[in-house]
Amino acid sequence: MSCKINKSALINGLILAAVIILILALPAWAGDPSGTATGSAADIPAAQAGTPTLEELATAAGKLKIGLNFVWTLLAGFLVFFMQAGFALVETGFTRAKNAAHTMAMNLMVFLVGAVGFFVLGFGLMFGGLGAVANLGGTPPLNHELTAGGWGLLGLKGFFLNGDAYDVGVFALFLFQMVFMDTAVTIPTGAMAERVKFSAVVLGSFFIAMFLYPIFGNWVWGGGWLAQLGAKLGLGHGAVDFAGSGVVHSIGGAAGLAGALILGPRLGKYRNGKPAAIPGHDIPMAVLGTIILFFGWFGFNPGSTLSGGDLRIAVVAVNTMMAGAVGGLASMLYTWWRQGKPDPSMMCNGVLAGLVAITAPSAFVNGPVACLIGAVAGILVVWSVYFFDHILKIDDPVGAISVHLVNGLWGLLAVGLFADGTYGAGWNGVGADSYLGVAGQGVTGLFYGDPGQLVAQLINMVVVFAWGFGASYVFYKILDKIIGIRVTPEAEEQGLDIPEMGALAYPDFMLTFGDTYIAEAVSTGQTAYDKRRREVPVHN
Amino acid sequence: MKKIEAIIRSSRLEAVKEALGKYNIHGLTVTHVLGCGLQRGQTEYYRGNLYTVNLLPKVKLEIIALDNRVPEIVEIISREARTGEIGDGKIFIYPVETAIRIRTGEQGEDAI
Repeated sequence: MSCKINKSALINGLILAAVIILILALPAWAGDPSGTATGSAADIPAAQAGTPTLEELATAAGKLKIGLNFVWTLLAGFLVFFMQAGFALVETGFTRAKNAAHTMAMNLMVFLVGAVGFFVLGFGLMFGGLGAVANLGGTPPLNHELTAGGWGLLGLKGFFLNGDAYDVGVFALFLFQMVFMDTAVTIPTGAMAERVKFSAVVLGSFFIAMFLYPIFGNWVWGGGWLAQLGAKLGLGHGAVDFAGSGVVHSIGGAAGLAGALILGPRLGKYRNGKPAAIPGHDIPMAVLGTIILFFGWFGFNPGSTLSGGDLRIAVVAVNTMMAGAVGGLASMLYTWWRQGKPDPSMMCNGVLAGLVAITAPSAFVNGPVACLIGAVAGILVVWSVYFFDHILKIDDPVGAISVHLVNGLWGLLAVGLFADGTYGAGWNGVGADSYLGVAGQGVTGLFYGDPGQLVAQLINMVVVFAWGFGASYVFYKILDKIIGIRVTPEAEEQGLDIPEMGALAYPDFMLTFGDTYIAEAVSTGQTAYDKRRREVPVHN
Repeated sequence: MKKIEAIIRSSRLEAVKEALGKYNIHGLTVTHVLGCGLQRGQTEYYRGNLYTVNLLPKVKLEIIALDNRVPEIVEIISREARTGEIGDGKIFIYPVETAIRIRTGEQGEDAI
């Protein structure tokens, strides 16, 4: 069908539209286009509208503060949720096309499984004994911690977000913490990609979401024994991990290490003991994923204040930005120097390594130190990938162990070295009034005068590795004995998409019948195409 | 009837196609192929591991032509696909038994 438009009618119509717009724009507005009159005393809920009492004013101010914190925490949580897309793209880009549906589906599945596991059990174990969260309204329904000799071991409240936990503050905390947990659950899928059974990852994700992650999380963030090292033993502010270099990344990376170790390398990865390159199928996808992760990290770190009114968020955000940028830059320059060309996949790993490393210290260090932490991370990740590939011979297709475990540990160490004391007064109940004899002194590292903090961080590093690697090694080993966690060699050669998922990521590369195919016989003189065309009329 | 099979650089395809079109040769089939010959490929790093790319992407042209047009077509392809560097490709010529046009059932030279 063709359609001809009368040219003069079109021009007349355009002129008419212009005139109407002019007429509409001419009269004075009754609204408030500049915004100066919107928002006034009349907006404060008061018994006498427009003239609130001091108490009514204070109530409104309190609501405004908590409301701001809620919005900040939830929006930051939504950003962290989007990191799931980044992980999916990075991992799938770094692996082969024949496994793309499997790798992509694992990254979606871990969220589905993790959300349920954390809702049912994980959140209660992690935060059941947290007490009041002042930034989210201070309601204290999470008040039951299992302790031994005064040391916190486990939370025991808030399962299913039921009972007392049916509370806005708890729900806001749950959303934010659930997406963090999800980050830890998705990390091992990268280290185990291209050879792990989907069913093994389902069960493994339940294990991480319900036990591995929340129990360690309780020790650092839920008021447990690592957090108490400061208050009870005088080791700085106890184990300090602002946004989870250890709690999230090292735990995920350690689980990935255990999984990759038990699985063994992909077929063809080692020839006569020498590692071969198995190039990923879509570097643009991996780069896009890296940029999405970087974007999400602005929720991950600054959001961890749980407070939009805590102006330290600007420092946290800039530290995050600089460490990520310098990390990628360092990897780029280092591979350029050593290999002759800047390796795009290593640039991605360098960015992520910088971001992982700055996660724990992001609130406690200054700008130049953030750049230094990123630079070390960018070089460290290249060495670490080489070390796991060539020396330990543990096959990690996407570099998850090097990025998350190794640089997570570096981030924890960096707090103990570089925290400059300007932030974190009263962290873990230490030094609310004064610390090291200075009023308002916050978390302080070795180079700023507190060796105790470094000791606390070293203990944290040892425990996160021992727990993360040890517990998940035992779990995957048992799982391997029961169901077997590795696919058959035939499935691995074919690619996991069909044997494991029953769906190809890219079916256009497979020969399929078009819609003009009809199986049954046709009458003489009529072709199959004729018959099909009558059944499905085509307009063109 | 002859089949002319030319393996050339992907970057020279447009020029070859255009030159053939000027001489009224419109029937051709093009496929992406991988191959190796005198051009040995190159060595790169991926995540710290050396690997060699020795199957290089090329395109393969297939043209079925009447015998008397073959020298002309070979001349056009040779001229347009040449850069003078190793890796310009090769031309192979085969005899063809017959050809059939599916739409009409025409056979032999009429079907070309």
